[in-house]
Amino acid sequence: MTKTMTDVVCPFCGTLCDDLEVVVSDDGKQLKEVYNACVIGTEKFLHSQTKDRITRPRLKQPDGSWKEVSYDEAVEYTAQMLANAKKPLMYGWSSTNCEAQSVGHEIAEMAGACVDNTAAVCHGPTVIALQDIGLPSCTLGEIKNRADRILFWGCNPAHAHPRHMSRYSIYPRGFFTGKGQKSRKMIVVDPRVTDTAKLADVHLQVEQGRDYELLNAFRVALNNEWLPDVVAGIPAAKIREAADLCKNGRFGIIFFGMGVTQTLSKNHNIDEAIALTKHLNEFTKFSIMPMRGHYNVTGSGEVLGWQFGFPYSVDLTRGFARYNPGDTSSIDLLARGEVDAMFTIASDPGAHFPISCVKHIAKIPSVCIDPHQTPTSGVSKLHVPVAFVGVEVGGNAYRMDNVPIDMRKVVDPPAGMLTDEEFLTKVRDRLKQLKGKA
Amino acid sequence: METVTITMKNPPALYLEADNICPDKFAGKTALQIADLHVFEGNTTSTIGKYFDVSGNAGASAADTKIVVKGDVKKVKYIGMKMSAGEIGVEGSTDLYAGAWMTGGKLTVKGNVEAFAATGMKGGELVIEGNAGNYLGAAYRGDWRGMSGGKILVKGNAGSDVGMYMLGGEITINGNVDVHVMTHAEGGKVIIKGNAKSKLGGQLVDGTIIVYGTIDVMMPGYKPIGTVELEVDGAKSKFAHFIGDTGERKKKRKGQIVYGNLYKKV
Amino acid sequence: MSEYIIKNGHVFDPTQGIKGDKADIAIKDGKIIKDSEVSSKAKVIDAKGKTVMAGAIEIHAHIAGPKVNLGRIYRPEDKLFTYQSTTANTRMAGGFSIPTTFKTGYEYAKMGYTTAMEAAMPPLFSRHVHEEMRDTPIIDEGAYPVFGNNWFVMEYLKNKEIENTAAYCAWLLRATKGFAIKLVNPGGTEAWGWGLNCLSVDDPVPYFDITPAEIIKGLIEANEYLGLPHSIHIHPNNLGNPGNYTTTLDTLKLSAGYKAKNKFGREQVMHLTHTQFHSYGGDTWANFESKAKEIMDFVNKAKNVTIDTGNVTLDETTTMTADGPFEHHLTELNHLKWANVDVELETAAGIVPYIYSPSISVCGIQWAIGLELALMAKDPMRCFITTDHPNAGPFTRYPRVIKWLMSNKARQDQIKAFKNSDKVVSATNIAGMDRELSLYDIAQMTRAGPAKSLGIPSMFGGLKPGMDADVVVYDFNPDKPSAPDQIEAAFSRAAHVFKSGIEVVTNGEVVNNGHKRTLWVNAKTKENPQVMRDVQEKFIKYYSVTQANYEALGHHIVPNPYAIEVDATQ
Ligand code: SF4
Ligand SMILES: [Zn+2]
Repeated sequence: MTKTMTDVVCPFCGTLCDDLEVVVSDDGKQLKEVYNACVIGTEKFLHSQTKDRITRPRLKQPDGSWKEVSYDEAVEYTAQMLANAKKPLMYGWSSTNCEAQSVGHEIAEMAGACVDNTAAVCHGPTVIALQDIGLPSCTLGEIKNRADRILFWGCNPAHAHPRHMSRYSIYPRGFFTGKGQKSRKMIVVDPRVTDTAKLADVHLQVEQGRDYELLNAFRVALNNEWLPDVVAGIPAAKIREAADLCKNGRFGIIFFGMGVTQTLSKNHNIDEAIALTKHLNEFTKFSIMPMRGHYNVTGSGEVLGWQFGFPYSVDLTRGFARYNPGDTSSIDLLARGEVDAMFTIASDPGAHFPISCVKHIAKIPSVCIDPHQTPTSGVSKLHVPVAFVGVEVGGNAYRMDNVPIDMRKVVDPPAGMLTDEEFLTKVRDRLKQLKGKA
Repeated sequence: METVTITMKNPPALYLEADNICPDKFAGKTALQIADLHVFEGNTTSTIGKYFDVSGNAGASAADTKIVVKGDVKKVKYIGMKMSAGEIGVEGSTDLYAGAWMTGGKLTVKGNVEAFAATGMKGGELVIEGNAGNYLGAAYRGDWRGMSGGKILVKGNAGSDVGMYMLGGEITINGNVDVHVMTHAEGGKVIIKGNAKSKLGGQLVDGTIIVYGTIDVMMPGYKPIGTVELEVDGAKSKFAHFIGDTGERKKKRKGQIVYGNLYKKV
Repeated sequence: MSEYIIKNGHVFDPTQGIKGDKADIAIKDGKIIKDSEVSSKAKVIDAKGKTVMAGAIEIHAHIAGPKVNLGRIYRPEDKLFTYQSTTANTRMAGGFSIPTTFKTGYEYAKMGYTTAMEAAMPPLFSRHVHEEMRDTPIIDEGAYPVFGNNWFVMEYLKNKEIENTAAYCAWLLRATKGFAIKLVNPGGTEAWGWGLNCLSVDDPVPYFDITPAEIIKGLIEANEYLGLPHSIHIHPNNLGNPGNYTTTLDTLKLSAGYKAKNKFGREQVMHLTHTQFHSYGGDTWANFESKAKEIMDFVNKAKNVTIDTGNVTLDETTTMTADGPFEHHLTELNHLKWANVDVELETAAGIVPYIYSPSISVCGIQWAIGLELALMAKDPMRCFITTDHPNAGPFTRYPRVIKWLMSNKARQDQIKAFKNSDKVVSATNIAGMDRELSLYDIAQMTRAGPAKSLGIPSMFGGLKPGMDADVVVYDFNPDKPSAPDQIEAAFSRAAHVFKSGIEVVTNGEVVNNGHKRTLWVNAKTKENPQVMRDVQEKFIKYYSVTQANYEALGHHIVPNPYAIEVDATQ
């Protein structure tokens, strides 16, 4: 016998689809099938069930081999590491629930640590731009119900957010968009001919690194001012046409991704894209939204926001919170050799950070909390495997448009395994003792 | 003016936060009292005396106090933060936030400074004889009130984001600059004696940029309107004159639309 | 639980008509008891020469949820150089105009506020609002879900279906654990979905074929049909524009003929919020003037209306409201950073920083209008002090507002300090008003009044035996002459604050984090299959989340709920 669970939330990408159906064995231990998810989401669920999974913490030995240790020993190692460090970095948080993040922040406050999430390598520049000029945005349901102009700028949802176009942005028929795709014009700005670009009504093949100039040219066009003949590899006439297309819609949206946040100009690209959005609101209704990657990087920013006032790159070392990417951001902290202990959770800096940062991680005491074996767990001294959030434990997460969705537990974790929240709670309590606060 | 000399004797393992190295904080103190002022290495609080030899007493006020910083302070942040008067001379290079939020006095760095020097500067003078990092004379994150007064001179090169959200004052860079100069500015002047890359004056509402060398790529929002003769530092030269950012919102002064000005030497 | 007896203080309690007489207040098991019933073990608090009041109640502030947090996140500069470090009893706490959740709880408690209402909860984001309230220590909190631009409401009311509207409202209050029916710029925020607005009560809402007036009246009827503790709570159309007082009067007039129906002792059918922003005369910023008198002439007569003030505090702050089109209008005026969130089927929100500068005459006039409203109020039980935090200023300025209301000298000093004081004086009535509110008036405007308006007078707002032991002792002697600044100092840092019988603040410092509760209203209605079918259909077709996930609000998110039960099945 099996049972089917509905309204299951996919813990993979920022689209945070919440309409999955999952078939599990009657004893709630085995996951049989996943419906409605895209290939990546399905894979995520099924992957959690691999037989060769590591289920107990492992400590790296002097000869490089791993030795299995108990969770209690892992708690002790982690608490001692944090208690003894002058400037520990607690990085990650983007693939776990808000409850775990919250306990982690208590630890960070006690330890005098820096806390950062994966915005460090994806939408940190978006946050900086938001702080510089704001962000007119909306929920994804607004796009579905109203939007007739869709721009994908430096992002490729066909690959990175596979159900985005069908659930929210291109295909659905909403309240004021009864004709679905036919009621919408799609513009893609990307130097490459991506699968998303192939679907577009207009594809602007911008010269690499010149998005800032192209965005500026859109605004110059809106102001009916002089333009050079070609900007960023695109003829001025084509830019003016595209600007008019935006202006003539009833409700438009710019979705953007790492193609603009992590290329030359970074936050400035987003800043100008937001300025363009604001500018378009003088003519019609327009919004803009980052295509967040990790399913709960948004939630990490929210919880950090209400607890400390800053959404990433938060430095708590001096007993109060400070923020300034370039100083308090993980990559800078590691590359400059500013931190003396590395605590990684629910992310993989080993795979995504520059090599100089990874080398620094290898040099200092380090703990990696992750259900998987990853490049980061490989360079860390201690690897603590935990239950899969969104599969083996529920908890709150925030979608790319900041909508909170409570994830569901689908199956039990292997016997004796802890969740992120449980492990962190033990570390917190031990650290309290070490700091003489309990 | 009294001189206090502090010499690094125990460089920090990590980095040192030393916003107390400032004439305003030293004023009225003896060498012994200065050695007792706090510095921070990560989450540990310590004293200036643990890292530096301190000699000489400070003057009665900040204006009467000169600080000479010797030894390796490459890993010391916040030197001269919020200084309002007096002088600091750093004989080597220093780290982030040199002269951040300074309102007066003079800070001279013989070597290089890292990012965020003169963040939110309101007055005084900052001279960097080497190179400056990113965000020289820029606003703090989120603030629309950037550098509003004072003078900065960089004898070497500067990084990206010089003068972001600048409102007033003057920055001169004898060498080259990286991308983004005076983004979002509403006043002030940046003079670049060397070469510039691109993205100059993006989203600028008002302000002046003068470039003597090359510009790799111009912003489309800068419209060429002819050539002019300008006098800078007593020397006259001919410049191509551009106005912009024409994509940005516009202010009016006496009924006239105000544009920012970009001059490039011809 | 501990027992306390607070001895010999000057007690101000409108629920018992006590106006500064010396009395002892006894506390046991979280409640106020007769002082004769207290045991000898009770800890004695000497309140001789001090002022004793019930805990104050915040009836309208933006303190938790998506737009508040977006405000925090997008203003790092709001926290620069002022952050408070961790202490033995408190987490680190930062932010001036938009404090962190921890700081929010601490600062309210330090001033003697023990209950606060989040003024605008977007239903789709209720989980977020509750997560933040969970992390706001000490004070009890509730949140008002917004209904004034909700598609269900507009569709039902277009057909005058009051019963269905009521059933939907009850369902949504349950689903979101909400406290009251809030309207923000009714119809106008839906129009903002297309970049438009409704500036009068008769401007039709695009597509939905209904007017703001019809939405307001319909929701009054639904509210009274259900008999909820609070009335509808409205931020009317046309906020912040010169000449808008006529829109405000048109809105107030819609209450005519309605009588409150409820078992909670509430008498009003409409609460009009941050009235200062809605009492503007003139037709441009150049001839902008106060119409506080016109508004208060109406309010003083209309017994079925309550208001709060929305006092401008002359600070740099952050405006944030579900009035999306207003915030867009504001950013076009001051060019400061603009955030906006349109929420599918429900509402929107906008955020823009704002500097109420004493050098700008409009700001001075706004300051005067807020004070005039309170000074002209004939019934302090129907006019409450707010700053519409953080819109007109941060809530931490309440002590200063109280000072201005209690001291004509403090007001005259401020008028003199304005750069354009002549302009402020000629556009307002403030200079000639010599009324000074009493501590009893303040107790009505910040305690008993809001409690009654919210329908929770049996729990909060007074010191009668049986009520929750929310008690505050201020180091302020009403028998002695005092300088205005002493008022501000005393109300900024209470000598003692008890929340549900626990001493949470001593000498202005947090000593205990209490056990905060989330107040919500559980209105039971008859089964209504049609409404449930409509809900199902809208989720399938138009929402971007499933109904089951929308309704899920688990214990981990609302750990300590307190439901106020309403039976509307009859
Ligand atoms: S689009 Fe993203 S959230 Fe949706 S099923 Fe695929 S991976 Fe999961
Ligand atoms: Zn409000």
